Amino acid sequence: MDAIIIETIVKAALVIAVFSALAGFGTFIERKILAFMQRRLGPMHVGPFGILQIAADGIKLFTKEDIIPQHANKFIFMIAPIITAATAFIALAAVPIFPEFTVFGYTIHPIVADINVGILFILGAMASGLYGPLLAGMAQANKWGIIGSARTAILFMSYEVVTGLSLLAPIMLVGSLSLIDFNAAQTGGVGEWLVWQQPVAFILFIIAGFAETNRTPFDILEHEAEIISGYATEYSGMRWGMFFIGEYANMITISFMASLIFFGGFNEWGILPGGLAILLKVSFFFFLMLWVRASWPHIRPDQLMWLCWKVLMPIAILNVLITGLVMML
Amino acid sequence: MSLNKFKDRNVGVQNYTLIEHEAFPQTGGEKFARVLKRTIKGELFVGLWVTMRTMILALFNGEIHTVKYPFEKLPISPRYRAIHDMLRLLESGHYRCIGCGLCEKICIADCIKMDTKYDENQRKEVTEYTINFGRCIFCGYCAEVCPELAIVHGGRYETASQQRASFSIFDDMLTPIDALKEQKEYPGFGAVSPNADDNIKKTPLAY
Repeated sequence: MDAIIIETIVKAALVIAVFSALAGFGTFIERKILAFMQRRLGPMHVGPFGILQIAADGIKLFTKEDIIPQHANKFIFMIAPIITAATAFIALAAVPIFPEFTVFGYTIHPIVADINVGILFILGAMASGLYGPLLAGMAQANKWGIIGSARTAILFMSYEVVTGLSLLAPIMLVGSLSLIDFNAAQTGGVGEWLVWQQPVAFILFIIAGFAETNRTPFDILEHEAEIISGYATEYSGMRWGMFFIGEYANMITISFMASLIFFGGFNEWGILPGGLAILLKVSFFFFLMLWVRASWPHIRPDQLMWLCWKVLMPIAILNVLITGLVMML
Repeated sequence: MSLNKFKDRNVGVQNYTLIEHEAFPQTGGEKFARVLKRTIKGELFVGLWVTMRTMILALFNGEIHTVKYPFEKLPISPRYRAIHDMLRLLESGHYRCIGCGLCEKICIADCIKMDTKYDENQRKEVTEYTINFGRCIFCGYCAEVCPELAIVHGGRYETASQQRASFSIFDDMLTPIDALKEQKEYPGFGAVSPNADDNIKKTPLAY
């Protein structure tokens, strides 16, 4: 019993350490890729190819003054970024990151908690993460913040239905909510990937995932050109940084979910070992988010609601119905 | 453009071309049809390909437009009017300025100050020559008027300094004597045009 507790604590600490570092690295990668797609160089001067820019940004964020506006609701203003960052890491607890491996004769499952409702847990944790922007925008006594939190509510109500309904069809096929079971259902190579059986569900899930992590084309929460910085207008220093660590950790989580549910997870892929395969898949989905940000314009809040409620949700329901009919016949 | 057209201030349709676009969808069904059309036509993937192509060209073909400014500089036009240069005669190395005072006279910002005296050869010697760059408007009249091509506009456009004396002393603007070989004939503002010989006409003497 003690061994399990110690193992879980070590895993949790590792997940927080590795994924907050990866989230920081994600900002660097994003700046580099956006730069190349716009014929720029991006960060170049701190370290080789500017890779130490993350350290410079970290030092800047940590040493910056933490300003709390005069009329803000201090307590909520202070805890809102923590909600975003914490829920992003809590969601990662149910994600199996690598296949099992053995170190010194001790088998390690690289998942913090293999609960039988993994997908539900991840979706729930990520959804509660949106309380961060919602409360931050309302607590900061700023008009842009209020608009940002109103848009958060819109976003929240729009994508959540689509995420749930789009994942329902693969869940019906596999018959489990655990991501490990999903992985085990696709052991037979590329032909058994669920994306071939559920292409519509995959597209819906990716669209909803972009909305969930508030990436372009759905970054209506803090779109600079329209509402300054939305919910993050009054934030500075590490509190602002926590919002961003949360956002990038969410992007990694969504990439993991897409890889695990639809693209064979950490099964061996041809000659590639499982660990490398899932790294490649997650990197691709992370890159896709940056790629889309460089390519597509973002849409208005009313267009987002229209898209989610009137287009994606009916398609998702039809997909669930057709999947059910095919399974019964 | 004729004067009549120019005076017509009734701005309307005369010179404008209306861009054709398809009718906006009115009903929900039409909107849905447009979404379907745009989904199937793959316009979104065209956008993705454009950025991917740019990235590939940037990474593997070097098509990056960033200029790392303090380390590399873009060439400027020879007609650019930056901080002045004082040129030397190529044969003797003596400065070209003959102390005629035309630049001081023509300077509309009144920023050139020069003093001259006769040296032992009864040749004008410049004892003092400064340009007050706090006043100079870089109009180029001094370079234009100079009969000897002695004062020209050079290429030093980075003019941030703690004091303007860093630029305005005659010896600073003068070509260093050891760099005489690198001194280029100035092609820019105030220089003789390449076809100057063709433009020379005989002064009519008889009226």
